[in-house]
Amino acid sequence: MDFQLTALQEELRDTTRKLCAGRFPVAASRAAGGRVDAGSWAELADAGVFDLRRPEESGGLGLGTTDAAVVFDELGRGLVPGPLVWTHLAAGLLPAGTVGGIERPVGAEPVLVEYLGDLDALVVLDAEGVWAVDPHPLAAHPLAPLDPLTPVWTVAELPTGDRVGSADDASRWRLEGAALTAALLAGVAAGACELTVAYARERRQFGRPVGSFQAVKHALADMLVRAEMARVQAYAAAAHVDEPDVADTVRAVAAAKLVAGDAALQNGKAAIQLHGGMGMTWEVDAHLYLKRAWVLDASFGSADAQAEAVALRVLR
Amino acid sequence: MFGDENKTLALCSAAVQLAHSESERRLAADLRAWLASALPQLPARPARDDWPARRHFDLTWQRMLFDAGYAGIAWPRAYGGREASPTEQLVFLEELDRADAPDVGVNFVGTLHAGPTILAEGTPAQRERYLPAILRGDEVWCQGFSEPEAGSDLASLRTRAVRDGDEYVINGQKVWSTYAHVADFQELLVRTNPDAPKHKGITWLIVPMATPGITVRPIRTIAGPSEFCEVFYDDVRVPVGNRVGGEDDGWRVAMVTFAFERGTGFVGEIMEGMRLCRQIAHIAQRLPRGKGTAWDDVELRRDLGRAAASIDACWSLTAWIVSEAARGGAAGVGASVLKLRVGEAFQELAEVGMRVLGRSALAFDHFDDVDGVSSARVIAEYLRGFGLTIGGGTSQIQRNIIAERVLGLPKEAPWTSS
Repeated sequence: MDFQLTALQEELRDTTRKLCAGRFPVAASRAAGGRVDAGSWAELADAGVFDLRRPEESGGLGLGTTDAAVVFDELGRGLVPGPLVWTHLAAGLLPAGTVGGIERPVGAEPVLVEYLGDLDALVVLDAEGVWAVDPHPLAAHPLAPLDPLTPVWTVAELPTGDRVGSADDASRWRLEGAALTAALLAGVAAGACELTVAYARERRQFGRPVGSFQAVKHALADMLVRAEMARVQAYAAAAHVDEPDVADTVRAVAAAKLVAGDAALQNGKAAIQLHGGMGMTWEVDAHLYLKRAWVLDASFGSADAQAEAVALRVLR
Repeated sequence: MFGDENKTLALCSAAVQLAHSESERRLAADLRAWLASALPQLPARPARDDWPARRHFDLTWQRMLFDAGYAGIAWPRAYGGREASPTEQLVFLEELDRADAPDVGVNFVGTLHAGPTILAEGTPAQRERYLPAILRGDEVWCQGFSEPEAGSDLASLRTRAVRDGDEYVINGQKVWSTYAHVADFQELLVRTNPDAPKHKGITWLIVPMATPGITVRPIRTIAGPSEFCEVFYDDVRVPVGNRVGGEDDGWRVAMVTFAFERGTGFVGEIMEGMRLCRQIAHIAQRLPRGKGTAWDDVELRRDLGRAAASIDACWSLTAWIVSEAARGGAAGVGASVLKLRVGEAFQELAEVGMRVLGRSALAFDHFDDVDGVSSARVIAEYLRGFGLTIGGGTSQIQRNIIAERVLGLPKEAPWTSS
């Protein structure tokens, strides 16, 4: 057993962190309303974000899911917008570009698609398999998004599309999608924690930094605990995807999505509270972490759904 | 961009590895084979509150481990140990738990606290005298750290030891002394210099429990009879040669021990939690509730899933910390985070257990065989669980440590009413 970052993974983490800070500052994403332009998407592609796990002979980097989790952790921490997980999952299967995706709504459930206006392709998962839908002719109109960095469209009618993968493929997409989304959520939880700790060190009331008061300090410690638990479980889930024989991979991934989802939501909430009045303002980034947490919670199985999934695996 | 750095450094493997290595797998297989033949030879397990019987049982088990070469798994070979790596220690604990072997019991303080301290700070003569007896299962140790007025603020302890020739004369009181009622020796922290700053006037002593002037009184906790005791000292005389480390240097000596467990300190608790999870799920499926069973309640199922996921994450953090230690790294953020989270997760889980029991939680003995599980077990774990966020540094103290040492937040200013 050696469950620690490899030297390569430390490089990946540092390189991605630099890329996020340099090319995807939150201020720029705010100005663009989270719209994905082809240039910045190509930059993520060039960095290897999408081809990371593809075999080297197909032009990928031949790396594993844990390596990808390290990268997605940083993308989440940096609040990088765009359908990162879907494009990553579609790499090699669909032509390079901006690929979004959803789980096919059942019955009268609404059809909401993130980033639809900027998509080259839309992937739909259902019980039968993986389907490619051409997003361009869809009758859709933009909605007022919860997360200002995640534009959302409503689609009147979702066609069946072309089948590009089997039911087993769809299951694999769900598993890997949940694992990578857990990594994004772990990053969101960590980012919210860092922002808030920095503020609590600076902000002074009663003549001293508010971070010196135990009531505040303990809430910040809890933020760190949640972020750490989310990170190790997200990495563990990814490692289980790479080493499916070690234990129950499905349970590890569900636990990761759940722990990381709860961590991101709770840390987003705590970030707003611990910023005091400033936390209620649009300008401070605290709300962006909370809102992104809700967006990510709603894809690849909500925390509630994952909690139920874990409970069922307890019986095995 | 990432592809350029596709090379590995010495010491670090090419990929994260959750699976056990070849040598870890060998150790696991050897252990499994030995446990299969050894466990049936164990005497019957004693009643929970029969302490002399528990002492005898736990020492018998320790002797079996010793004879098989598994005692002191992390101890140096020179003292009869196995010098196992942190990940091998994890394998050892996993396999013992999986086989439902006895836990460390009364040997806890000797093998995991006092022994390692004497190993690190004792004289050669002290090591010779005490260490083999601990490993062989001949002698039991207890701890004398906390006092009624020194809990979280341990360094303010007041039990006095005054030098009289070549003896120390001890007066005072300790509390939460684990296994004192069955122990042969105690690792005792005493105040030798009341004028020095509080951390600088403490000394670490070895106290034979049979010394005149010692009175032990068991503590009844919210969970009933317990391993905890109060110990009173009335002119208790021990030789100066029983001091470990220098006079007034006991705080540093005591702190050395805490670095010893290297991430494996909560493995038992986490595995216990995983077992309790399964048992609660089985009870829920069989306990009638309304027209169906407790398992039909989606809210209960989700809360059990949440607790199970938290415990799984504690296991992942353990694997992380143990791997960090195996690489020779210093203990990082992990230890306090793990301590805090294990206690809370266990409590959350046991609380789901109480909700599953419903009205069956009103009595310890309402049922004792729903799939081999009793209501008493769930209730006992629920009550015992409160200690996990108090003992060994409360959760509030852990949060202070995390906030100040990890997040770098300033210490709180002294309270004033103005």
